[in-house]
Amino acid sequence: MTAYVTRRLLTGVLILVLLSMVVFLVFNALPADPAALTCGKSCNPQVIAANRIRLGLDQPLYLQYWEFVRAIFVGRTYGSGSATFECSAPCLGYSFRKGEEVTPLILKALPVTLWLSMGAFILWLVPGVLLGIYASRRRGRWQEKVTLGAALVGYSFPSFFIGLLFLFFIVIRWQLLPYPNYVSPFEDPVQFLQTMILPWLTLALVFMAFYVRLTRNQLLETYSEDYIRTARAKGLSEGTVIRKHALRAGLTPIVTAAGLDLAGLLGGAIIIESIFSLPGVGKLAISAVVDADLAVITATVLLAGTFIVIANIVVDLLYAVIDPRVRLT
Amino acid sequence: MSNQEILKVDNLQKSFPVSKGVLFKKQVGSINAVNGINLTVNQGETLGLVGESGCGKSTAGRVILRLLEPTAGSVIFEGQDITKMSRHDLVPLRSRMQMIFQDPFSSLNPRHTVGSIISAPYAVQGIKPQGGVKSAVQETMERVGLNPEHYNRYPNEFSGGQRQRIGIARAVTLKPKFIVCDEPVSALDVSIQAQVINLLQDLQDEFGIAYLFVAHDLSVVRQISNRVAVMYLGHIVEQASREDLYSHPHHPYTHALLSAVPVPDPKLEAQRERIVLQGDLPSSINLPSGCVFHTRCWKATDKCRTDIPELLELAPGHLVACHYPIMESLGSAKIAGPNSGFVEQPDHVVQPPSEVLQNLQSGHATRPKGIDYAEGEEPF
Amino acid sequence: MTFLFVKDLQVSFQTEDGLVRAVDGVTFDLEKGKTLAIVGESGSGKSVTSQAIMGLHTGRGVKISGEINLDGTDLVAASDSTLRSMRGNSMAMIFQDPFASLHPFYRIGNQLVEAVTAHRKVSKKEARAEALRMLNKVGIPNAEQRIDDYPHQLSGGMRQRVMIAMALINGPELLIADEPTTALDVTVQAQILELLAELQAEFNTAIILITHDLGIVADMADEIVVMYGGRIVERAGLNELFYQPQMPYTVGLLSSVPRLDSVGNRMLSIGGQPPSLISLPSGCVFHPRCSAMNAGIEERCKSERPDLRDVGEGHMIRCHLDDQERTAFATKRLAEVFIGE
Repeated sequence: MTAYVTRRLLTGVLILVLLSMVVFLVFNALPADPAALTCGKSCNPQVIAANRIRLGLDQPLYLQYWEFVRAIFVGRTYGSGSATFECSAPCLGYSFRKGEEVTPLILKALPVTLWLSMGAFILWLVPGVLLGIYASRRRGRWQEKVTLGAALVGYSFPSFFIGLLFLFFIVIRWQLLPYPNYVSPFEDPVQFLQTMILPWLTLALVFMAFYVRLTRNQLLETYSEDYIRTARAKGLSEGTVIRKHALRAGLTPIVTAAGLDLAGLLGGAIIIESIFSLPGVGKLAISAVVDADLAVITATVLLAGTFIVIANIVVDLLYAVIDPRVRLT
Repeated sequence: MSNQEILKVDNLQKSFPVSKGVLFKKQVGSINAVNGINLTVNQGETLGLVGESGCGKSTAGRVILRLLEPTAGSVIFEGQDITKMSRHDLVPLRSRMQMIFQDPFSSLNPRHTVGSIISAPYAVQGIKPQGGVKSAVQETMERVGLNPEHYNRYPNEFSGGQRQRIGIARAVTLKPKFIVCDEPVSALDVSIQAQVINLLQDLQDEFGIAYLFVAHDLSVVRQISNRVAVMYLGHIVEQASREDLYSHPHHPYTHALLSAVPVPDPKLEAQRERIVLQGDLPSSINLPSGCVFHTRCWKATDKCRTDIPELLELAPGHLVACHYPIMESLGSAKIAGPNSGFVEQPDHVVQPPSEVLQNLQSGHATRPKGIDYAEGEEPF
Repeated sequence: MTFLFVKDLQVSFQTEDGLVRAVDGVTFDLEKGKTLAIVGESGSGKSVTSQAIMGLHTGRGVKISGEINLDGTDLVAASDSTLRSMRGNSMAMIFQDPFASLHPFYRIGNQLVEAVTAHRKVSKKEARAEALRMLNKVGIPNAEQRIDDYPHQLSGGMRQRVMIAMALINGPELLIADEPTTALDVTVQAQILELLAELQAEFNTAIILITHDLGIVADMADEIVVMYGGRIVERAGLNELFYQPQMPYTVGLLSSVPRLDSVGNRMLSIGGQPPSLISLPSGCVFHPRCSAMNAGIEERCKSERPDLRDVGEGHMIRCHLDDQERTAFATKRLAEVFIGE
């Protein structure tokens, strides 16, 4: 087991290294001059040249990359002479546009994304699986068709469409909720809930359909297995048969999908955060792209990548927990 | 039927590696499926290869056809060592050596029509028979008992027995000289098994095909084989002509196998002393030392734990690998039983039901007129 | 004393392809401590019958009629909850494929405990002790350690023993064994059959043994029912069936089965295939494959369904042939098998 985890972690690190290299290459290969992108309206060639030296952009690419990696572990010093400033470890870069180190920016945005992702996750997973169970029990009847059909509707609409619909009708037209304005739940729980409910619902509707279908299909397959017949022959109640025997057997693909979907969201639900003005990682990322803020872009990409890598490892470990036949090699 | 050999297997071995490791996998052991077997099959004859699951008989069948690569040993088919041949040189040989598979439900591609399944060998070998491929295929279909007009049907439209006939048709359509039959009737209904076995025998008589008949059912093997070899954990423990093996077995495992086969004769079953082997089959990763059967053999001594018995010819054509083969003649002798008591030597020359014979010889007993259930009489 | 009484059982399924008459008028009875073997091939209705007794036919489109009386309770009319309380309790079932019949994700100890707690109010600890006791009884070596194994860590024979333990743990009075040894090696089969016989003697359990293997039937059964196309075609005691078989299908089975005591070189077979349950042949279900039919009786066999009648000493058959013709056919076939042509 430890051998397996070690190997996966090493592979994961390798993937992240490759990821960061690719990001570096892509952005530095852009025709735009990164140094020129560092200042706004009040730009003149002297400032650009100065910034180039301060940010180390005059160095060869591989050195720049090396500095970047080093900074993550030991911090970095920008500039020279009187205009130096420290960026303490873990230093993910410096955003000239925002005038801040990147790490605190991310740390401020991360909780918002975490709340958004976790809330939506529970909202789509629990009803999704329950509806899937319901649909599987009503095979061939109208209830099944309606459930699957409704789920399909949610799945086919793009998230921004549903989000905008919600905003338009619930906030603007019918004024059932105030305009979303994020505060920490520890500060003002009511406003927190009022802000988050619509983005949660939007994400849930979009993702739920997949889980309804997946759960139903998995259960239909397991129902015909011999061990289900044994469970019934033992005299167990139908509920126990479904919960303990059928669902557990079909759980693996559901766990995989849920884990990877959650990881994707944790990297930043860009569209939803933008529509509902939530200051999360997604919003941070999109504004960085618009501003061509290399440091922030690199950092958010790495963050998203890290979540995916970890989710993959966790999901694979869960396989072995769910299915004792799986031997991780 | 000449006594010329068509297949000779020499010290064939096959093992599957088991590896462990963090970054770089290292082989830590192997599953020893086939551990040095010697076989010969004569032209137009059937050699039955019998054993229980895990003995390696199916693996042996596949390795002999080079569907799996042997770990060691040689397979000489029609004088040529096919284990040394390149994949390319093997292709034309496939028209002369074929295989029939066990499961008629999963061994046929459900998306191919019957016609395309049976005509595939022609395409692969590039053979164009006179009159066209389709008529040749239809001739084969008729020969195996299928309706030639079903050429364009799909496998799922046929029953299990018919699907097995499709598989047989595919195997015999190029008139091969040697076929490995891997449990061809185990998945079929009882009343269909006889049909398929008869078909295989008819095809053998007509085309002179030699069979390696791999099965676990001793009764079936007895029907179709000329000679029989018994396998246990990748070794051949006994080999003899059909008559000799079933009436004068010498190896303890053969005795145990034969005594375990139930016979549809209640009085015989009530009398028979069954040798019940204790324990489980050992793992093929950790083969027992010495004689592989010693862990379950009731006659095992220290010698059996240390020395591997050789396959020796104890009677003409009858080979046994055992340090203490059971040589006593049947019927009278007592042999040591599994619980260190003594059991009557089980009589493997199973006599036909004496009751039946009595009735047949005296004229079948007539019965009183029956009661008509429909007329309201209570049946109980 | 009749313990189980089945009268005129009919089970049909409404499928997309039509109405499947899986069981059509099956009648038999069974005493405690005795074994009834139901012999038949695929499509004969033998498994459907046993699952109907257990009440395992869920799903829509299933119609069950007739009477199944287990120790006074009518199982056809019984409610779902009554049936559920009896399943695994007073009546239990073991299935063919032990590899697939145990849940692969749960330890065998837990699966056994579940069987106990479903029907008895005992603590987990007591249930586990029960499970251990049963595992020892069915001959699992090192039961103390193996109780925490997963099914895939056990061999086929072991798994079937676990299934037997699970079925018998609540002391059922009826055990239905559906092809219990078909998936097992012959030496393991011998062990399992011996175990079943021992347990039957100890608990006085009535056993319904479903199989197509006539050898096992000769070994275990007291009474035999032969099914074909959803109907009973012959019913007799052990010696009667094997030594005086009457129905051409039974004669065909006895003579076409590969057996160690046959003499002929060529096997006799029953031509044709088992019937489709959606479009059953008219009249006698076996007539398309019956080689005992002659020109005189052919019309009747094709159009008229024969009734079950007694040919002496409780031996029941369903056939139009008169006694002479039947016995002549049986004699001829068996002679070919046991004396040689």
